[in-house]
Order: sequence, then structure tokens, then C-alpha cells
Amino acid sequence: MITGNRALYEQVILEHNKTPRNFREIEDADRKVEGYNPLCGDHFTIFVKLDGDTIADISFSGKGCAISKASASLMTAMLKGKPKSEAETLFNRLHDLVTSNPDDPVDEKALGKLQVFSGVREYPVRIKCATLAWHALAAAFEGKEEVSTE
Amino acid sequence: MTLTQHGEETETAAQARPFTPPEVAAIRRDFPILQTLRAGKPLVYLDNAATSQKPLAVIDATTQYYESENANVHRGIHALSERATEVFEGAREDVRRFINAGRVSEIVFTRGTTESINLVAQSYGRQNVGPGDEVLLTTMEHHSNIVPWQMLCNERGAVLRVAPINEAGEVDMEAFRGLLSEKTKIVAVTHVSNALGTVNPIKEMVRLAHGVGAAALVDGAQAAPHMPVDVADLDCDFYALSAHKMFGPTGMGVLYGKEALLDAMPPYQGGGDMILSVTFEKTTYNKLPHKFEAGTPNIAGAAGLGAAVRYLENLDRRRIAAYERELLEHGAETLEQVPGLSFIGTAAEKAGVISFQLADVHPHDIGQLLNEENIAVRAGHHCAQPTMERFGVAATSRASFAFYNTKEEFDALADALGKVRELFA
Ligand SMILES: Cc1ncc(COP(=O)(O)O)c(C=O)c1O
Repeated sequence: MITGNRALYEQVILEHNKTPRNFREIEDADRKVEGYNPLCGDHFTIFVKLDGDTIADISFSGKGCAISKASASLMTAMLKGKPKSEAETLFNRLHDLVTSNPDDPVDEKALGKLQVFSGVREYPVRIKCATLAWHALAAAFEGKEEVSTE
Repeated sequence: MTLTQHGEETETAAQARPFTPPEVAAIRRDFPILQTLRAGKPLVYLDNAATSQKPLAVIDATTQYYESENANVHRGIHALSERATEVFEGAREDVRRFINAGRVSEIVFTRGTTESINLVAQSYGRQNVGPGDEVLLTTMEHHSNIVPWQMLCNERGAVLRVAPINEAGEVDMEAFRGLLSEKTKIVAVTHVSNALGTVNPIKEMVRLAHGVGAAALVDGAQAAPHMPVDVADLDCDFYALSAHKMFGPTGMGVLYGKEALLDAMPPYQGGGDMILSVTFEKTTYNKLPHKFEAGTPNIAGAAGLGAAVRYLENLDRRRIAAYERELLEHGAETLEQVPGLSFIGTAAEKAGVISFQLADVHPHDIGQLLNEENIAVRAGHHCAQPTMERFGVAATSRASFAFYNTKEEFDALADALGKVRELFA
């Protein structure tokens, strides 16, 4: 049954895909970066407003599959009001999760909501979908304006 | 009904009888992969435009070559080498008959459509296209019928022209005519679009190209699996196809070229087999088609391609076309009922392909979820990014079928798409 494919399409993912958080542009953003996956055409722009080292506001716009969109949405929701360093910490945890063995235990506490992406471990081609927005944000902090996953 | 020597009926396509369900069931038994199950579910293979499945006849022909006929061609005097050469050259005759070319010397074996087109661009193109000259394509070309021409035009200071397509995915013939001029040296057009399914009015396009003195290359990768191909009737100068898309092996393809043109063209690659004699001062090139076949060729691939050709002739391509017309109609009618589904590519003449969008569900999510039902479709830009751009999308989902697919498989697809839609609603 298609509705039984909960491994990948967790309810949280479907919900964030349908009603993405912070899905808007920030006109006076301090950082703005495009993330592009030429393989599937996923294309997002991440906007960040900083207050010192704190992410005062973060948003995104663009198009992509449910996995990439939900990941971007969750990213903005989890990082708003957090220090910049939190982005790197969470990205590392997400990256370790989606590239781990499907049978490895999931550190639910450390991952928080990001654990919904554990299903991606079964589908290596979707790793880039789950990490696209995070790659873009990391690039934004490095001062880049564009990042491609190819 | 009268049968020709190779089993094809001497009827027009319009009169040909579609396959009956028992006939399709029998055909399906020729394809081992269609008997496989994944997690208890039968394979619904609707990614034929990417590559088709192989019948036992093809698998057996390649196995037989390696088991009992393996030797190099055109060089040994021992029995095996003679046998391998017979297999290889026999396949060339099969292909000649299959596309109704006049001579086997006009059939060049390549790695596939991509190499066939590159061969023409690099050999004929470099010889005949100069600064300010033009090469004319259409918007719906596959990347392999775009990039080789771009490379040629960049190198020669020539200009790439593109005939637009309308909302249905048909070439705007008025614009096509308007883009032709005495500057046009090559017209390169796909016979059938892999992204939209459009069947182009190739014969007319070739005639118009010749009207301004241009050579016409037809990309036949998506036509050969679905309909009779007659290069004599089309009067095209070059015709390219891939064995793997017409139920043969990968790594094997064909370039048909008119003898006079091939004769005048310089070799594409140098090496063994393509020469008559070599000294450090001077090399004499081999005669056609060997001039264009440097190095040890894909002999097993040729054996498989020959078997694929004979398999298709036995089924009768007119009956294949008639049955696939039924499938296309049924598929379109069934999929149209899925809420939120819209088609990309609604040409009056179509073959083999139904491209679609499902509300705002991303094609990769659709493909992934269909995979859970063991339904294989393609999600993406189908190596036709300019076509995607024309329709303002990054990607589509594509169900591409062959004569072994059934109406029930389209019903299963429509059913599954309905569930996908619900999941994302
Ligand atoms: C219309 C068309 N032309 C050319 C090609 C390239 O064929 P190949 O990759 O076999 O060389 C394809 C394959 O997708 C195609 O569909």
C-alpha cells in the first residue's frame, strides 16, 4: 500500500511539505544563498537575518520534492533564534543520520525532529534532498551565494 | 493476410490488427524480467523510453555468441573467426532490412544513438559546416541531439538555430520553414520525442531541409521500438538508433547514412579494422562501412541487435503500432481521471510516452511512491532540459510503454497515482 510508505514519508514530512514554515523571502537579509540540485531540479533560496552571532530570522523560497522542502522548513523552524553554531551542529547530526546504516540506532534526543529523516537511510539517492537546504545555509555562512550539490 | 518473408503483414498500419490480450500474455512470457516479483508484487515496467527489456531471443543470441561463436571479426582465417564475422555481418543485413536501407555499406555500427550523432557532427559536420553556417534543431531534442551540434558550432563559428514547439508539443512548422535558408547545412530532428511522445512529420521536414540543400539527420532512438522505419521513404541522409531501446543490448547502436555522403566523409576514429593498409607515410582507409568502425566492435551486441530486429519483424511492427495506439488511448483516458493530473505533451501524433504532472507533487516523490508498488516510471528532465523549460517545469513524471505493457498496468498506475495524490492532499 502506498499509504503505508511511512519509512520515508513520515507524517511530519508530509505536513511540513504541505504547510512549510518560514516559506517567504526576507527583503533585508544579511545572507542569501541559492541551493540547487541539477539532478532533480530542486532549487531553494535561503534567507538569513543575523543579530551578532544569533540567527534572528531565517526563511526560504523555491521548489523541490517533499523531502527537500520539509527539510528546509524544519531547518528554519529549528534554527530561528539560535546561535549560528547550532546550524553546524544540527547539520552534522542530520548528515550522520542520513548516511548511517539503516539498522543503526537513532539518537532521538540529539536529533529531535530531524529523526523523521531516518527513512532516508534506505534511499541513498534521496540524501541530497534531505541535506540541500543545510548545504546552502552552510555556504551562506561561508559567504557564498550559490551552492550546487553536483 | 499475406506474410512477407519475415512475417510482417503487407497491410498498412491503419489496417493492422492490434494484439489480443492472449497474444500480449504470450509476448510477455518472452521477457524473463517481466516474470519477476519484488516483495510479492509483479513488475509494472513503464520506463521503456530509458531502456527496454530484453526478450529471451536477444539474451540467447548474446549468450550463444560467447558460448560457441566467440572470436574476433574480419581477421582470422580459422572457423570461429569466420563464424563471428558471419554473425556480425548478418546483423548488419538484419538492420538494413529493418530500416529499408539500400545497402549494408550504409549501416555503420556504433555504441548507440549518442555516438551515431557525434560521428556525423564530427565527420560530416566539420567537413561541411563553416563560419556563419547554421544547424537547425527543434526545442524537443534530447541532449544527445543538442550538445554535439553545439560543440560543432562553437568549433566552426557556426550558429545553432532552434525551431520552437507549440503548447501541445508539436514543432511549429511555419517557424521551422522560416528558419531554413541557404545557410542551413544540417537539420537534426528527433523522429519521436522521448520527453513528450510527439511523432514529428519527419518526411516533410527532410523534404524541406533538402529544399535548401541541407543534410537531414533523424534521431530515431524512440521511433525504432514503436513503428516501422523506412529510411528510403523518409529520404533522410542519416538515421541514428540505439539497440537497447529496441529490446537489444546496451552499448550497441546504428548510424544509417546515404552511401554517397558516407563515402565523402573523413573517418571518425582511427585504428584497426578501419584501414586497408598502413605505413608511417600513408594510410588507406577501409571501404564502407568499416571506415567508420575503428577497433574491435561490439560483436555480442550485434548478435543481440540482429536477434532483436528479427523478434520485432516476427511480431510485425504494424501490429505493434496498432496495439500501442490502443494502449496510448487507454492510458490517456485512464490517467485523465486521476484528480489533479495534467499531461505535458498532447500532440495529435504520439508514440510510447505519457508525460504528466500530478498537482504540485514533485515527480521524485511520485516515482518513489510508485516504486513501492513495483511500478517503474521515470521522474526528471529526461535529458531534455530545453523541453522542460518550454513547459515551465523542472521535471515531469513519465510513463513510457512498449508492446508488452497492458491496459491493466495503466489501470494500476492510475490507481496508485490516486493514492499518491491523497497522501499529499
Ligand atoms: C530521443 C533520444 N535520442 C537520443 C538518445 C540517446 O540514446 P543513447 O543514450 O542510447 O545513446 C535517447 C535516449 O534516451 C533518446 O531518447
